[in-house]
Parts: sequence; structure tokens; C-alpha cells
Amino acid sequence: MVAPQQQKLRVTGPVAITGNSLAEGIVVWRTADGTWSRRMSDAAVVSTSEEALALLQMAEKDGINAVGCYVAHVATDSQGRAKPLNLRERIRTEGPTVALPGQV
Amino acid sequence: MYIYDQFDRTFLQQRVAEFSDQVERRLAGQLTEDEFKVLRLMNGVYLQLHAYMLRICIPYGTLSSAQLRMLAHVARTYDRNYGHFTTRQNIQYNWIALKDLPSAMADLATVGIHGIQTSGNCIRNTTTDHRAGAVAGEVDDPRVWAEIIRQWSTNHPEFTYLPRKFKIAVSAAEEDRAAVLVHDIGLRLLDDGNGRAVFRVMVGGGLGRTPFVGKVIRENLAPEHLLSYLEAILRVYNAEGRRDNIYKARIKILVHELGAEEFSRRVEAEWESIRDGYLKLDEVAISDIRSRFRYPDFEALQDAPSELVAALMNPAFARWHENSVGRHKVPGYAIVTLSLKPVGGPPGDATAEQMDAIADLADRYGFGEIRVAHEQNLCLPHVRQKDLPELWRELDAIGVATPNVDFITDIISCPGLDYCALANARSIPLAEALTERFADLDRAKNIGRLHVNISGCINACGHHHIGHIGILGVEKNGQEFYQLTLGGKADENAALGQLLGPAVPYDGVVDVIERVVDTYLDLRQGEDEIFVDAVKRLGVAPFKERAYVAD
Repeated sequence: MVAPQQQKLRVTGPVAITGNSLAEGIVVWRTADGTWSRRMSDAAVVSTSEEALALLQMAEKDGINAVGCYVAHVATDSQGRAKPLNLRERIRTEGPTVALPGQV
Repeated sequence: MYIYDQFDRTFLQQRVAEFSDQVERRLAGQLTEDEFKVLRLMNGVYLQLHAYMLRICIPYGTLSSAQLRMLAHVARTYDRNYGHFTTRQNIQYNWIALKDLPSAMADLATVGIHGIQTSGNCIRNTTTDHRAGAVAGEVDDPRVWAEIIRQWSTNHPEFTYLPRKFKIAVSAAEEDRAAVLVHDIGLRLLDDGNGRAVFRVMVGGGLGRTPFVGKVIRENLAPEHLLSYLEAILRVYNAEGRRDNIYKARIKILVHELGAEEFSRRVEAEWESIRDGYLKLDEVAISDIRSRFRYPDFEALQDAPSELVAALMNPAFARWHENSVGRHKVPGYAIVTLSLKPVGGPPGDATAEQMDAIADLADRYGFGEIRVAHEQNLCLPHVRQKDLPELWRELDAIGVATPNVDFITDIISCPGLDYCALANARSIPLAEALTERFADLDRAKNIGRLHVNISGCINACGHHHIGHIGILGVEKNGQEFYQLTLGGKADENAALGQLLGPAVPYDGVVDVIERVVDTYLDLRQGEDEIFVDAVKRLGVAPFKERAYVAD
């Protein structure tokens, strides 16, 4: 399987930039004011590959705060805020779909 | 147990200090991710979906109770209270923070454990049969040779930047339980017919995108030449393996493109110039390493002691004994497998509490030694038969005595899309659903030995190609689908599975497998013909016919 970072960029709908925080590895989303948020709904949403690439390049320069950045296709709610479109982003947002060992 | 010496301890301390410094500099922004990534991979640190993942090396799957307690400590202190045992006898922690790594690795180093070379384009953990040194019929303890390989391959300056990762496995029993035929180098230690142990050397086995069964390139290598010969193979691979395409960079591609004969010729040519050099193993060196393996002080006991015979009147104990207890080469002893495949639970995981309890049980009943099986179970290799009833009660109380070893619910599975950044589909919930469908112990026993392997992507970390039933997760139009194969084998008659038919959506997989199993039960030539043998005899067609028919 090719990780999303290595795939060719084809923007077919709303996208946002995501990665993992450097120190903890927690899922983070790139915001419009150039910071990182743990809430997907805070993500800057764009819809062309030019905008996506520009956002991604800015995000990648920010290696002190986030790593493993890539362009993720997202769905949007009625206010245009990002929410998970596919299973992968749903799992990154909500955690594993299975109970952890020892949990009920 | 192998007793490490001061050299090993010092090396580990220095590595921890070096990596801790690298982490600090990365966190301070003095190292870029590009600079840091290759360094963290060399210490087994991946970036996954939710967090960093730390893969810890368990050399040839052998742990002391002190080491297992430390693994529990790391799970409890730096992770979410559990660890996952892998198909290469290692352990993975899924929720590690980078900033905690220096501390975690310092803790692990106090008991001689690390994540060195569990990732990256280098030689990885050399694996073996989890019953090594305990099962009868071994020419020698393969772990002695795995340790020799470990010492040679750790920090080997020439092989730190191979074209791709490199995996070696060694076994020494008639029945190969280390899957040597699907490793980059597979070694089988055999009797040459005159009472001398020799290595049969296979190269170019592997799974993933382009699976291959390994080819024999040398039938009888004298053990003294093991390292020089491995060096020759690695040199040819290092020089000529492809570096232009990550999917064509494993040694199996080189062997396939050159042909086994030509590859062997190049290895022999390289070997000629080094075979009598410093890598030639003398008896003193081998004896020294062998002497650092401590074996239990076995008592002179009888098989089938009265405590055991009496306990077998208990049907639950008898069921577990028949399933999970294997013959030991020493009379009065037994090899105990601890199933980490609870019904409805994720396969291959153990909580920190379970790990601590197992460490205690190992001390009380097993000479303080634990093994990790590549089937993702644990094992106590040296248990007195008279202690089995008490041990069983305690194993049962902590949930590691499900009598399903080698059965359909003893599933081997990668972490899949729930954890892994490379995955296309989930594997764990599918495994859980399968264990629930086949939860009935009588039914599972009637079905008999059946290995199910699940991989969430083509990288095949679940070894699906060699499963009796192999399941590969793919993505079709945003939905999870699964390709099923039948007839794969991981042993000395290794074979790759054949495609059953069209890919099946997530919701249909358990039903399809149930129909495949029912077909087997209808067509088998008695209980003694296990599933994989029936597939070999009948071919895939009769299974395909019935698998896809809706009720």
C-alpha cells in the first residue's frame, strides 16, 4: 500500500491538510491562520490542487510542529467545516473501530 | 536464556544516549524530519495513524520474566496498557509519544531490550521456532545460531543502508515452524546423514506485492562458514539489488531476475574470497556463545504423573491440555502455548496486567522463560507436567487459556486500518467477527487445524499468502473489500494461496468463510485430512462453487 503522502495529488472535492504532532504523534489539522488544531472542524478547507499544494508546502515547512503531512479529502457540514469523508479519516478522528484490549 | 555481557550492555547504553540526543535535537528543531526519519527508523520508531509506533526487538522470540515485566511497565507508563506481538516475534506499542521515547528506551535498556534495527533498510530480527531448545528432534538449538547472526548483523557497517529491509529465519526441527521458506534468507539446520549438522540455505523468499517461495542455493553449508556465507549473500544483494524502485528492491526480485543458479554463482564467487577470513567461526567462539545460553536444571521426571492424569478427568482441563500443551524433549516436561486469541478480542495483544501475570507464572512454573510465537501467541517452553493443572487454572483466570491454538480462531492478523498508515482496510474487527462466528469450541475442534491470516494491505504483514485461508483487504470505491485465497502453507512445504474468486465486501466475508469451511467438512476424507490438505487434493473449484452462492 502506498501511503497518502506518496500518491499523486488529485483534488476531486474539498480537501484539508493533516498530519501528526511532532512530540506526541496526535492527529492535527492545518487551520486557515497557519496553526495546527486537534479538531478537524477547525481545518482550512480548499478545493483546487493549486490551493492544496500551497497549503501543504506551508505546512511542511512547519516541521517543528507537525510531521507526516498530506492532503486529505474531506466532507463538509452545513457550515462548510471539515468532517471525515472516508474510513481512514474517520479512524484518525475517532480512533480505532475496535475496543482496546482490556477495555469493555 | 542468553546471558548478555558487558559489551552488549555498554553498546545499548550508548545507543540509548545517542538516540535520546537525536530526539531532543529533533524536538528543538535542530534536525529536520528528513534527517531524523532514517535515524528513528533504525531504532524502530514509526509514525502511524494515531501516534508513533514503537517496535521492540525480541531476539529469536525469547524473553526472561524480568524482560516481560519491563514490557508491561512500558505499556503501562508510556502507552495504553497493552502491547501487540507480531509475526516476527517482536512487540509493538501503538500509542507512543516521541517525547517519551528516551525514557522508555532507557527503561528497556536496563533489561537488555531495544528497538534497534526493527525498521529501516537493514537486517531485522532473526526469528526461529518458538519451541526451540524444548521440542524433540532438533539437530541443535537454532537460537544459538540466531544469536550468532544477531551479533554479526547488529550495527554491521556495510549493511546499514541496504536496498531494502532484510529478514532472516532459522529452524532446526523436521517441522519448520519459523516459515523459513518465505524469508529473504531461510536457514534449516539439518543432519547431513553422518551425524553432522549442516545448513540448507534458501534465498529470495518473501511475501508482499510479489510473493515468492525461497530457492535453495546451497544444500549443505558447514556451520563454521555461516557468517562468511551470509556476508557473501548480503554483499551481492547490497551491490546489485535494485535501488530505483522501492517495490523491486527486495532480494527476492534480484534472485528472480537473475535466476537462482546465477545468483548462487555470484554468491559463491564472493564467498571464495572471504570464506577463510575473520568471519570463519571457530569452535571457541561458537562454544562461548553456546555457553551463554542457560538451560533449566531439568529434574528426572516421568511422563504422565498422577497429578496430570487425575486432572484430565476435568473436561475443560483435558480440552486445553489436548490443544495447547505440546511434547517436550525431556520426560515429565511440556511446552505450553498461551493463546492470545480471545473470542471477540483483537488477536495477538496482551495487557500490562496479563504480561505481569505471565511473567510471574513463568517464574513459578517455567524457569522464568517466555517465548513469542510468530503466530502471535506466547509460550512457556519448559513446564513440569505435574504443574499443568495448577498452571491452567491461573492461565484461564487471566484469559490466555482459550483452547484454540492452531484452530480457525487462532487468527494471525496485522493491525490494519485501525492503526496502520499503510492499510487499505481493517483487519482486527474482521478477525473478531470470525472468532465470534466460530466461538463454539466443539465446532472449532471438529474443523481442526486451520490457519487464517489477515492482511490489511498488500504489504502482507499478516502473511496472508501463506495462510490456509488468506484474507487481503483492498479498497474499492471507498469500500472495504477482501480477496480470499486458499491453500497457502508456511512450513517446510511452503506454498502460496490460490485466489478463491471475486473480492468480497466486509459484510460478506464471515459468511463466505463459513461456506468454505462447510464445503471442507462435507468433502474431507475423514477428520484426519486437515483443511489445507483437502484444498490441495480438491483444488479451489469446489470451494469457489459454494462460497459465492447466497443462501
